[in-house]
Amino acid sequence: MGMIKTKEETINTCIIHLVLLLGAAAMVIPFIWMILTSLKSFHEATKVPLIIFPGVLKFENYSIAMKALPFLNLYFNTIVLIIARIICALVFSSMAGYAFARIDFPLKNIFFSLVLIQMMVPSQIFLIPQYLIVLKLGWLDSVQALIVPGLVSAFGTFLLRQFFKGVPDELEEASILDGCNQWRIYRRIMLPLAQSSLIALGIFTALFAWKELMWPLIVNISMDKLTLASGLACLVGQYKDITDYSVLMAGAFIAVWPMLVIFIIFQKRFVEGIALTGTKA
Amino acid sequence: MQGSINKEKIKKNISKYAWAYFMIAPTMIGLFILNIWPIIQTTYLSFCSSGDFGNYIWMGPANYARMATDITLGQATLNTFLFTILSIPAGVCLSLLTAQLLNSYIGGRAIYRTMYFLPVVSAPAAIAMVWKWLYNRHFGLINYILSFLGIEGPGWTTDPDYALVSIAIVSIWSSIGYNMIILLAGLQNIPKSYYQAADIDGAGRFRKYFSITLPLLSPSLFFVMVISVMGALKQFDLVYMITGFKNPALFRTRTLVFYFYTQAFEIGDKGYASSIVVFLFAIIMLVTWFQFIIQKKWVHYS
Repeated sequence: MGMIKTKEETINTCIIHLVLLLGAAAMVIPFIWMILTSLKSFHEATKVPLIIFPGVLKFENYSIAMKALPFLNLYFNTIVLIIARIICALVFSSMAGYAFARIDFPLKNIFFSLVLIQMMVPSQIFLIPQYLIVLKLGWLDSVQALIVPGLVSAFGTFLLRQFFKGVPDELEEASILDGCNQWRIYRRIMLPLAQSSLIALGIFTALFAWKELMWPLIVNISMDKLTLASGLACLVGQYKDITDYSVLMAGAFIAVWPMLVIFIIFQKRFVEGIALTGTKA
Repeated sequence: MQGSINKEKIKKNISKYAWAYFMIAPTMIGLFILNIWPIIQTTYLSFCSSGDFGNYIWMGPANYARMATDITLGQATLNTFLFTILSIPAGVCLSLLTAQLLNSYIGGRAIYRTMYFLPVVSAPAAIAMVWKWLYNRHFGLINYILSFLGIEGPGWTTDPDYALVSIAIVSIWSSIGYNMIILLAGLQNIPKSYYQAADIDGAGRFRKYFSITLPLLSPSLFFVMVISVMGALKQFDLVYMITGFKNPALFRTRTLVFYFYTQAFEIGDKGYASSIVVFLFAIIMLVTWFQFIIQKKWVHYS
């Protein structure tokens, strides 16, 4: 049974593949078109009727785009932003998540409700005061300003609390008898158990920081203080209006490929992480 | 004897509490400075007008009175709702269909999953640039393909009648991968034994879908709906990148968050911007509350 497919099953499988292929084409074609355009000359890109493949590969577009924006700085700032946010989210959220899940202490519910409030309120409500904080610190137009809103993660705290709540009590009781204090239980027993949740939170934090557009545009003006996503916005925005689409597509490609590569390498982790953050929260 | 045990216990509790407060301290301090206090401050600012030198003058409900007569704000509210209606039902249905298809026994599932997920890991700024090019009236791929069908395509991003639809399409395109992963996880959590039992009872495919799959998937579906609706009501990135400031269609694509951004950081009227964002907060709360009321009718928790 199951080895020999009936005719009906074969037709079904074909239909499923057909629909999925159509969808996949819709997903991938924009990326392919981006790459193809990035290698065309201006003349080729704006020819009617369209030509699909560039006649001569024009890699020059990439050097023009690289000159239009300080991409090295943008890469560097993006990496700093992502790493700082991940470290803060993982360290602070796992500590707080552990305390909220496994320790009884006075006023716990009030503190935890503050975490929930942060998650329910649209983040735009924090923006003006956060901007004013950065202004007061004298950090406007600096790399550290990029990190500020992500110093703590209510979502991460919530996610890890959910995880730690699910850990069986026996593990903890044994170590309490051994005279371990709360910090040792957290450090030695709980953190290693939380590995997959921590990875999920790390991926989630990285993706969020990677895609962020508004905050960098608010606090930073100099091109070399922006991130890839926000710097790219300046390529078409009010600052440098480049109208050569081949160069724009080259710029877009320079800005997307790192995360695409990271995703393709670690895709299993990504998918598991997203599924975990979706089902736990 | 009794006393010393109690003392021991108190000592233990104090050390326990100390550790707990130490462990939540970074998060709570950060949360208070960056989130909780800002909520209060934004609410306060929404009753102020911003002076020239960063000082704020108490105005009472003047900003809210101004909102009531602000046509641009009315249009932005309408656009925000329209965008949500255009993007969410279609987006969730397509995500569900994809998840469903990927949950069947076919080859190449991992490759499909990777391809559907590509837009999720791409920055909206880059995605928007690519789509703007695809949408280009004269040289875009979409109008080129339409020309084969004898259709002369519109200026997708510049024609006020099409611009918001165009942005909704990009939003759907870039969110299917994320929603699909969550729904797929939900589908895979449904125990196979339910279907086997239904097979014994001789239930047909549709009956199985509507009495097993959908009810058991409903919590995941509800989560996807709530998250997507919140995201749609806060739409900014795509409008900023695809429409921009000089576009003739801006009046019909400007969302509430985009209007907030312009007021707060382009014009610099932080008081009025605060009242817009408080208004947005109220809308999101109402819509989410409404969803939680409706969910009792259709979400099934086992």
